[in-house]
Amino acid sequence: MPQAASSEVAAAVADAHRREWAFVLAATVRVAGDIDTAEEAVQDAYASALSTWGARGIPRSPGAWLTATARRRALDIHRRAATARRALPKLLEPEAYIPDEPGWEAEEIPDDRLRLIFTCCHPALSPDARVALTLRLLCGLSTADVARAFLLPEATIAARVTRAKKKIAAAHIPYRVPAASELRERLDGVLSVVYLVYTTGHTAPSGENLMRRDLAERGLELARMLRVLLPDDGDVAGLLALVLLTDARSGARLDEHRELVLMQNQDRSKWDRSAITEGVALLRDALQRRPPGRFALMAAIAAVHDESNSWSETDWQEILGLYDLLQERWPSPVVKLNRAIALGFAVGYAEGLAELDALGAEPQLARYPYLAAARADFLTRLGRFDDARVAFQEALILTENDAERHYLQTRLSGLSS
Amino acid sequence: MSKYLVLIYQDEAVARQAEGESISSAYQEFMDRRGPSLLSGAALQPSSTATSIRRDGAGGFRVTDGPFAESKETLGGYYLIEAVDLDEALEIGKEVPAGVGVEVWPVRVVS
Repeated sequence: MPQAASSEVAAAVADAHRREWAFVLAATVRVAGDIDTAEEAVQDAYASALSTWGARGIPRSPGAWLTATARRRALDIHRRAATARRALPKLLEPEAYIPDEPGWEAEEIPDDRLRLIFTCCHPALSPDARVALTLRLLCGLSTADVARAFLLPEATIAARVTRAKKKIAAAHIPYRVPAASELRERLDGVLSVVYLVYTTGHTAPSGENLMRRDLAERGLELARMLRVLLPDDGDVAGLLALVLLTDARSGARLDEHRELVLMQNQDRSKWDRSAITEGVALLRDALQRRPPGRFALMAAIAAVHDESNSWSETDWQEILGLYDLLQERWPSPVVKLNRAIALGFAVGYAEGLAELDALGAEPQLARYPYLAAARADFLTRLGRFDDARVAFQEALILTENDAERHYLQTRLSGLSS
Repeated sequence: MSKYLVLIYQDEAVARQAEGESISSAYQEFMDRRGPSLLSGAALQPSSTATSIRRDGAGGFRVTDGPFAESKETLGGYYLIEAVDLDEALEIGKEVPAGVGVEVWPVRVVS
């Protein structure tokens, strides 16, 4: 093996971290028997890749090399622990495994990533913990990275992850793909976590940046991973379509002064055509299954926008019909809000406003800035500037995202002049 | 195999009404079906008959009428079960014909 330049090695390790982390960790859990040991072993394997690849060259299959190294390391950790035995129950009986020299050729390693994500997103774990575990174990984010993404203290995330791992071990949350009878429900839980990761990145709920691209990209990567692992599943196709069709517009959401540009004012030539093409093809696949799933319907709405040449040419009747379907099967206050906005554009601003006013009674929407912002927008369109001013002020109080706040401020001052 | 404690919760009002009744057919059916997984179990008297003993931190006890936490849902009984993993334990838990629902607690393994 030829020696490799250190910059080349560092790049290869970083690349393998991004691409192979989930695969390597998932395959190591089988041998390690518990997540903690597997994580430690995988971290060690990545560390030793830096030195070994520098001396011996970059292996043809970095993932296979890392897996073999991590599995050997897991066995070492167990041997050491056998003397100072901890009484933590095992996630599963470690598989009998005879290690070879870390393979430079790809060997047959089972892909356990589905098991790993189903364990991370188990309904017996709190929703917050599912998200943190998925980012930590599937994406390989450090606790500090997860904390930064959610603007929470690192100690909070660390405690959340530790608590969840303890529960996985103590309650014997299984490391396997659920049986067919419960797969639909459990998969919906997984898809919700992935979508939450994406949306948290796409519109950061608070802070100075509108988007956290790294988090949005992790969400997209997770959706892609699920598509590879479950190629025949319509809901998975629907989720990936939704993420692609939403993400296609992200390049046009901020102008050169980093100010928020609403879809109606966006430069549509900045939309990512290849993402739209890919998303629409996936959407077709997802819509072939009847009845269409939640994510496929949301993707269909995104596709209507993406394929429209301008805001004024948008097929609002189609969008309204899709929201009707969504509300029928998956009713939620946010769906009602979006349906009311679609109604405003499809039928008339006064009708849309009447629906929005009725939603003010929904407790979940009482502190939701987008309701006040939507009311302010329709009131402006109807020429009721005094009422619009009050609504913009209300939205300003509720939003915690700086880019959104700045946009609302601009609209408000536009009214006053 | 792992052991889990399944705590059965029911409405306090319903529990009082059912007092003294023989075991319901729904529970009989459940126990017939899941017999091999059930290590033990019992139905409890209403929470009004329970007594709490709390350590007072000074070597003594404070004895009070009723359970630690008063709530609309009351502990009505329990099963100690054995299952391969949490998924199986939750499956069994869902089959318990409990009025309100059940809590599934893993039992600590002492080595």
